[in-house]
Amino acid sequence: MEDKTNMSQKKKVTAVVTAQKEIAPDIFDMWLKTELAKDAVPGQFIAVYPKNESTLLPRPISICEVDKEEGKLRIVYRIAGKGTKEFSAYKEGDTTEILGVLGNGFPMDKAAEKKVFLMGGGIGIPPMLELAKELSQSGTATEINIIVGYRDSKLFLKEDLEKYGKVYIATEDGSVGTKGNVMNAIEENGLQADVIFACGPMPMLRAIKGFAEERDMDAYISLEERMACGVGACLGCVCKTKNVDHHSHVNNARICTDGPVFEAREVEI
Amino acid sequence: MNTKVTIAGVEFKNPVMTGSGTFGSGMEYSEFVDLNRLGAVVTKGVANVPWPGNPTPRIAETYGGMLNAIGLQNPGIDVFMERDIPFLKKYDTKIIVNVCGKTVEDYLEVVEKLSDADVDMLEINVSCPNVKEGAIAFGQKADCLYDITSQIKKKAKQPVIMKLSPNVTDITEMAKAAEAAGSDAISLINTLTGMKIDIHRRSFALANKTGGLSGPAVKPVAVRMVYQCAQAVKIPIIGMGGIANAEDALEFIMAGATAVSVGAMNFVNPYTTVEVVEGIEKFMEEKKVEDIHELIGCVK
Repeated sequence: MEDKTNMSQKKKVTAVVTAQKEIAPDIFDMWLKTELAKDAVPGQFIAVYPKNESTLLPRPISICEVDKEEGKLRIVYRIAGKGTKEFSAYKEGDTTEILGVLGNGFPMDKAAEKKVFLMGGGIGIPPMLELAKELSQSGTATEINIIVGYRDSKLFLKEDLEKYGKVYIATEDGSVGTKGNVMNAIEENGLQADVIFACGPMPMLRAIKGFAEERDMDAYISLEERMACGVGACLGCVCKTKNVDHHSHVNNARICTDGPVFEAREVEI
Repeated sequence: MNTKVTIAGVEFKNPVMTGSGTFGSGMEYSEFVDLNRLGAVVTKGVANVPWPGNPTPRIAETYGGMLNAIGLQNPGIDVFMERDIPFLKKYDTKIIVNVCGKTVEDYLEVVEKLSDADVDMLEINVSCPNVKEGAIAFGQKADCLYDITSQIKKKAKQPVIMKLSPNVTDITEMAKAAEAAGSDAISLINTLTGMKIDIHRRSFALANKTGGLSGPAVKPVAVRMVYQCAQAVKIPIIGMGGIANAEDALEFIMAGATAVSVGAMNFVNPYTTVEVVEGIEKFMEEKKVEDIHELIGCVK
């Protein structure tokens, strides 16, 4: 595995909430004013600290959108527990401690002269937005198809994504688009690509890994795991790797610092 | 103002260290804090060969703390000596290498390999609750602890710190066994064995089922044990368990710890170590304490 290094300096800083709204049931969309925005790239994440000291650990949340001019980051997250419940109550002007920017982004250079799938499932959809935006603006990919899967008709980020590519939707209950998952949507629409970028639940990522390996395609998938430090020290958030990892010298890579994006062949999921 | 402390002839510029396993070998946190400001860096446990550790999830948050079951994943002593020691030698801080193993022979192999290494002390992890092979047995039976301590002391070129488990009936028995076997110091506490159930999935939160509890939730237990050991043995104590700030560190020092380690709170605030150093200095200045030794064990 190549030695990937996040070159920007990581910091814990105070960010200011500039807007927040609920965009689907339990899905919140928050903009944060922070100096970290200037270094952020698609696929990276920040760790957000709850103020409640009974919940100590920072919550890793993917970056949905970056506004470098205004120095703002957008995160879209689902309430999953006490920490995210606390964040969902933040209002414009509130502050929050964040650590970032963390992890390595999607390797956008791999999209050059290629037909690209951007695939997101559920709360794995948000990081696809900044990726779609930057890929679309760079114009290096020959085609961008965005395939996103939701539980039901409570869609989110659909209009944002449509600005940057053709969007195909799958819903588990069949209420919108293809009934089923993102793989069903690819099949139903007869879509083709040379390279995949994806984030979503593990069953979806496993299916994408299988799909890509059958076709000998590159697929860059973003993983998640329970984290403590977020900076590579605690070895909490590892994933199994095909080869011996350069840092750990065992078949484990750190999702927070060696990932969260891995080429699918490199990891055993 | 003097903040220097000496343990087994090794002088530390201040009593603030890092808790093994929470700070790697310092590389990751060197982005946040100046390692030169620390009394010592205590490294993640290293074994004779690479260990893959436990399956995930390895981490679960609990009220005011966290459970971990990393399982002592480490790259093995050879890589550690080539990579981690040279990194730490660039800094003006002491190096304490935490040593782990599954058998006495494993420990001795690591200790012997380190005999020529330019490191200041060895901390022997006989108290990790997350490794099934039984390393913790060395730390839960006084006669076993005495035996492994004696064997390590025969081979070790550097002074030895035995790290004690709190998962025992009477920690002073363990402290006395370590002292009797020639240990130069003791450190405590390692994590408390705990469990969390995910009621929605009807499963354990950790793949290993049990994990080690750390963080502010354990601090009163740790302070109590440091105090008890300070009354029971003469060798120096390195105290740890949920230290989040200088006030917490000072509790341990007043209970009898010569030095303290910041562990899980590094994850919560990556600047904690240096903030504790600065906070102790500020406290001493405000209270007109000339020498940190006035505070060590001052509460009896």
